[in-house]
Amino acid sequence: MRKTKLSDPNTNGFIEHDHHKDGIDRRGFLKCMAWAGTGALCVIEGGVLTSRALAFDMGSKTKSHKMGELSFVQISDSHMGFNKPANPDVIATLQAAVDKINALPEQPEFILHTGDISHLSKPSEFDMVDQILKATNKEIFFVPGEHDVLNDDGAMFRERYAKKSRGQGWYSFDKNGAHFIGLVNVMNLKAGGLGTLGSEQLQWMKNDLKHLKHSKPIVVFAHIPLWTVYPQWGWGTDDSAQALSYLKKFGSVTVLNGHIHQTMQKVEGNITFHTAFSTAFPQPAPGQAEGPGPMKVPAEQLRKILGITDVNYVQGRHALAVVDSSLV
Amino acid sequence: MKTRKLFFSGMAVVLPMTLAVVLVLHPIRAKSEAAASPMEVRVDNFTFGPDTLTVPVNSTVTWVNKDDVPHTIASSDRVFKSKALDTDDKYSYTFAKVGTYAYYCSIHPKMVGKIVVQ
Repeated sequence: MRKTKLSDPNTNGFIEHDHHKDGIDRRGFLKCMAWAGTGALCVIEGGVLTSRALAFDMGSKTKSHKMGELSFVQISDSHMGFNKPANPDVIATLQAAVDKINALPEQPEFILHTGDISHLSKPSEFDMVDQILKATNKEIFFVPGEHDVLNDDGAMFRERYAKKSRGQGWYSFDKNGAHFIGLVNVMNLKAGGLGTLGSEQLQWMKNDLKHLKHSKPIVVFAHIPLWTVYPQWGWGTDDSAQALSYLKKFGSVTVLNGHIHQTMQKVEGNITFHTAFSTAFPQPAPGQAEGPGPMKVPAEQLRKILGITDVNYVQGRHALAVVDSSLV
Repeated sequence: MKTRKLFFSGMAVVLPMTLAVVLVLHPIRAKSEAAASPMEVRVDNFTFGPDTLTVPVNSTVTWVNKDDVPHTIASSDRVFKSKALDTDDKYSYTFAKVGTYAYYCSIHPKMVGKIVVQ
């Protein structure tokens, strides 16, 4: 099992090949992730990674879900309203993401959107996203990004997307034996700090998890990464360690985030952390630019670094598969 | 204070001109100096430039967002706070009291700056 702390100065929190003798072939892992965009399937089973070609799983288009199986898709960072050179047409790329979802051989049961639905929290931007996502014909669960709560502390977001939520928009639900927790870490941010969950939300989360069996798979989703990706750019959450401490007793925990507009994965003990592509525009790799702003790439490359994330879980196998697919 | 001294030394140069001209010029000069770029903070590449700006009391400081993403200007002590500024949007605040005003972007809190009012 991985012993490195989230804030390990040796790794800066990235996945990288190291020599911790922790039983995880990190180089092989990265290789697999590099394949993900073109159709490899990465399965993490008890901390050990295996991979197989996506085509292997695509044999039957009519495959129906068996009891205890779970399939869902994560999309993120639609930034509706953004129109700068990094992507002058975020409507088209969100539509392409929807087409991609609708073309999946095994149809997901529902969708998670991990925030930054809009670019400027405007009703017209939310309306446009709603209209485009309607074509998936699926239930969608949202958590807010910082771009969705500008100027009104998230009142409009909650009214539209999280009516039954607690506090500033957090909630939980069960699907096919797995427990899902949507967290809000984009509000009441303090000068100089990172994302924040806050004591009220942490207390709620602790209570929410208290009565669950340790064998129950847990999926936590929030906008800003709940692991320290790159604090210099604000890519982390100040009090995430507290939240993660409540998850230690569970056998299978998957944390899904957005915000950084690129895919990244890390395994830490029982927890797999994953960040999703944006559907709108890419951002630079940590430290690879002066700042974390939208990254302009040649037009023909754009759709190769935008995309969706397909997540599959088979109960009893203690396995969870996370597959990133680019738009083209 | 510094600004005033500079102003008077400027006036010394101007004095040889007729008094009438100076009287007419005075308010115009003062106004254009107050609006000049030293009172502006550029928000660019997720930083405030300059990150510390020193101004005389009663100065109006203007922030302009040159990034492709929105930012806010929020005083750490809640003295002032802008709405989210989209690209090229501006926000101004007049500092009527001497002091040091720390501020940050409430959307990207790693972005911090300071206005020192003397």
